[in-house]
Amino acid sequence: MAAAYDVPYMQRTRDYYRALGYSRDYRWAHHEDAPFQPLAKPVAASTLAVISTAMPDSEAGRQQRAVYSTPSTPEPDSMYTAELAWDKNATHTEDVNSFLPLRQLQRLVEADRLGALAQHFHSVPTTYSQRETVETDAPEILRRCQQDGAEIALLVPL
Amino acid sequence: MSLTARHLEANGIPTLILGSAIDIVEHCSVPRYVHVDFPLGNPCGKPYDEAMQLDIAEQALQAFADATKPGTTVRLPHRWSEDESWRDAYARVDESNAAMLKKLGEQRRKEQEEAKARGVSLLNQIT
Repeated sequence: MAAAYDVPYMQRTRDYYRALGYSRDYRWAHHEDAPFQPLAKPVAASTLAVISTAMPDSEAGRQQRAVYSTPSTPEPDSMYTAELAWDKNATHTEDVNSFLPLRQLQRLVEADRLGALAQHFHSVPTTYSQRETVETDAPEILRRCQQDGAEIALLVPL
Repeated sequence: MSLTARHLEANGIPTLILGSAIDIVEHCSVPRYVHVDFPLGNPCGKPYDEAMQLDIAEQALQAFADATKPGTTVRLPHRWSEDESWRDAYARVDESNAAMLKKLGEQRRKEQEEAKARGVSLLNQIT
């Protein structure tokens, strides 16, 4: 039986794309340090925005990878994940709560562990272009979070 | 996703990433990260396991409250299965599939070129 170890996703992906015949390796974003904003108030009094890499399961979401905002409640029955890189042999994404934690966070709001869910959750596209993420998508997500009065954000990539 | 977290954080919104690809997230450096050691796709807990999903969400909120410095990683203890074979299997390349992958790559590049000619961009990702 194989032992538990951290799967080296960057190396696996490089090897996989080389095997597919792509000549240029993808270079993941790299920084030595990270920004840090302390919480302004306790989580139990904060409004939280959820951000996902899954797209809405709608005609638009299936056709166009873009920033989308969807009401946080009730949580959607399904999300469009077919184009994302997740382990399609080991698992599935038919239960949205397994990758989009809206229902469980709503329960934590009711238990006074979280202040509130922001009115919308947001879909952010995973693009090949890091420049597009930094210059276009991330600022748009920030604007939408601010518009909703979100004070903290939980980002959940598949 | 890590870049989006950094952008929000730098603009005044504290962030936490809940994910399963620890090497990619830590390579980017993010403010707060909670690691669920599962196959990619279910960072919030196993499908239909509501108790586990609630526990993971609760622990993510706790990590939010506890983090005092950037680059904080918390590893949650949940196990996917007794069977660890998914770790070796993900995107595996070996002699058994090398020829198939080469052919698949050729087919994919052809599809991408055709899509490009129609003005559509196709994702270049493992599917």
